[in-house]
Amino acid sequence: MNHAATTHDTLACDLLVIGAGPAGLAAATRAAGLGLDTVLIDEQPAPGGQIYRAVTTTPVQDRDILGADYWHGLGLVEPFRRSGARHVAGAMVWAVNRTEDGGFEVAYTTSADGLAGLLHCRHVILATGAQERPFPVPGWTLPGVITAGAAQILLKTSGVVPEGTTVLAGGGPLLYLLAWQYLNAGVKIHSILETTPPGQWRQALPHAWGFLRSPYLGKGLKLLRAVRAAVPIVSGVTALEAVGGERGHLTEVRYEAGGERRSIAVDQLLLHQGVVPNTNLSRAIGAEHVWSQRQDCWEPQVDGWGATSVAQVTIAGDGAGIAGAMAAEHRGRVAAVHAAKALGRIDAAARDREAAPHRAALALATRGREFFEALYRAPAQFRRPVGDTIVCRCEEATAEQVRQAARMGCQGPNQMKAFLRCGMGPCQGRFCGLTVGELIADEQGRHPRDVGYYRLRFPIKPVTLGEIASLPQTDHSRSAVVRFKK
Amino acid sequence: MFRRLEAAGTGAAPGRTVRISVDGGAIECREGDSVAAALLAAGMPACRDTAVSGTPRGPFCMMGVCYDCLVGIDGRANQQACMTRVREGMAVVRQTGAREVSA
Repeated sequence: MNHAATTHDTLACDLLVIGAGPAGLAAATRAAGLGLDTVLIDEQPAPGGQIYRAVTTTPVQDRDILGADYWHGLGLVEPFRRSGARHVAGAMVWAVNRTEDGGFEVAYTTSADGLAGLLHCRHVILATGAQERPFPVPGWTLPGVITAGAAQILLKTSGVVPEGTTVLAGGGPLLYLLAWQYLNAGVKIHSILETTPPGQWRQALPHAWGFLRSPYLGKGLKLLRAVRAAVPIVSGVTALEAVGGERGHLTEVRYEAGGERRSIAVDQLLLHQGVVPNTNLSRAIGAEHVWSQRQDCWEPQVDGWGATSVAQVTIAGDGAGIAGAMAAEHRGRVAAVHAAKALGRIDAAARDREAAPHRAALALATRGREFFEALYRAPAQFRRPVGDTIVCRCEEATAEQVRQAARMGCQGPNQMKAFLRCGMGPCQGRFCGLTVGELIADEQGRHPRDVGYYRLRFPIKPVTLGEIASLPQTDHSRSAVVRFKK
Repeated sequence: MFRRLEAAGTGAAPGRTVRISVDGGAIECREGDSVAAALLAAGMPACRDTAVSGTPRGPFCMMGVCYDCLVGIDGRANQQACMTRVREGMAVVRQTGAREVSA
């Protein structure tokens, strides 16, 4: 063993940005430009986040396949590389703790060597983005069923695409974007099972004015037309089920539309029901969260600068509420300007002046979002499953078990952990938290906002004892394990 | 099943080939693949049986969120296949159920 490489040197900076998607890249670039000593830390080996995933390394070189919106990401990476901000790639942040001087001590593990390191900073911008909304239908745990986002990551990072009979199911822009990218790549899609109720456009209509004046309109219609011309779309799907064969792999998709039940023999089912903020880190850090009535999910409470209820912690991008990649970029810049003011680098007047163009761009980028949100709101029966449908993928707790525990008087998601181990597995509630809250609300006639969410603590992702042991020793860590003499 | 775009000659640049083993059998991957992508491209949609009920699972989110793609890599159990890049000579084992405590 090489003893020289058993501990990382402790990094120090003014500003730590966590996540190298559009918000994180833009924030780090802007902050470095304002003279802040900035570190950007990210789990992936290359910058881009999920939306611009592998934009500098993708094998998919025919630019028409992924589309111009994807390649826009290169325009964020290049300025970031020239900005002077440091990039720690392939590193997973699992704890952020306040230090006595008001700064932060951050623990992370680097995937290349499996060693944990410490970083000291004075301000944190979380740009941890979104994840797909849980879409718990019977059979969603079968091999052969993956999320549409996962399928898109396979395409972007490896040029890997489905073969055989492939069905896309759910609703939301990403489902159609993926279908369009597959068409461009010559990948055949059997059909799209659209779960968005056909009448839902009526709820969206009051928001149409913003949408009509937004950049989404032209792009969206062109994309939809191309997909509709090439892929059979079953609208008004009210029930969906994935069925496995003898080896326990997906073989069939059953669904109900227009009162009729039908079945398709399939090789792949790609699921999507929109995206929600990834709140594990923001919750563990202690930020206040609020229920978004429009998007049926939790989001951190932030002001116009992205500032949270925790001093010197700012959130930018979809992690602070879903608004899309373009908005994330501008929110990143606004957060960077705010951080520069919070750290005393610029005064309030300079902050307001610097932020003005970013705010204007943000307003333009978010115009029309309400229309999407209303149109693609996930239907209640796909957010609130029944029967044997697995809710917690890690611990295999079912909808009926959760509902029964709720009927027995389970107080909320935290007590559900004691009843069923729900949310206690390695994903730490990421794929069951929203569903568990909705099911308790359903059974107890309460609102999800009153039911609450899991209490999350550090480490926010599983770490090994070896990783913890590899942390640099500090006075605090030594004193924490020293026995007092009796 | 999944396939590689480059095999069809459309739109993807061929990359350097990296060889790994899965349960002792060799598979060829593209440099830059995650282990999960390599497994799917090699026709292996399942990479473990769950510890709770022993049912098969495979990569689901591909971004480190779901923990359904856990495999053993070079002797270390419970590694996220979607968060680990393939390396020449890497030994991947599929995980079957709960680990037993040896006497």
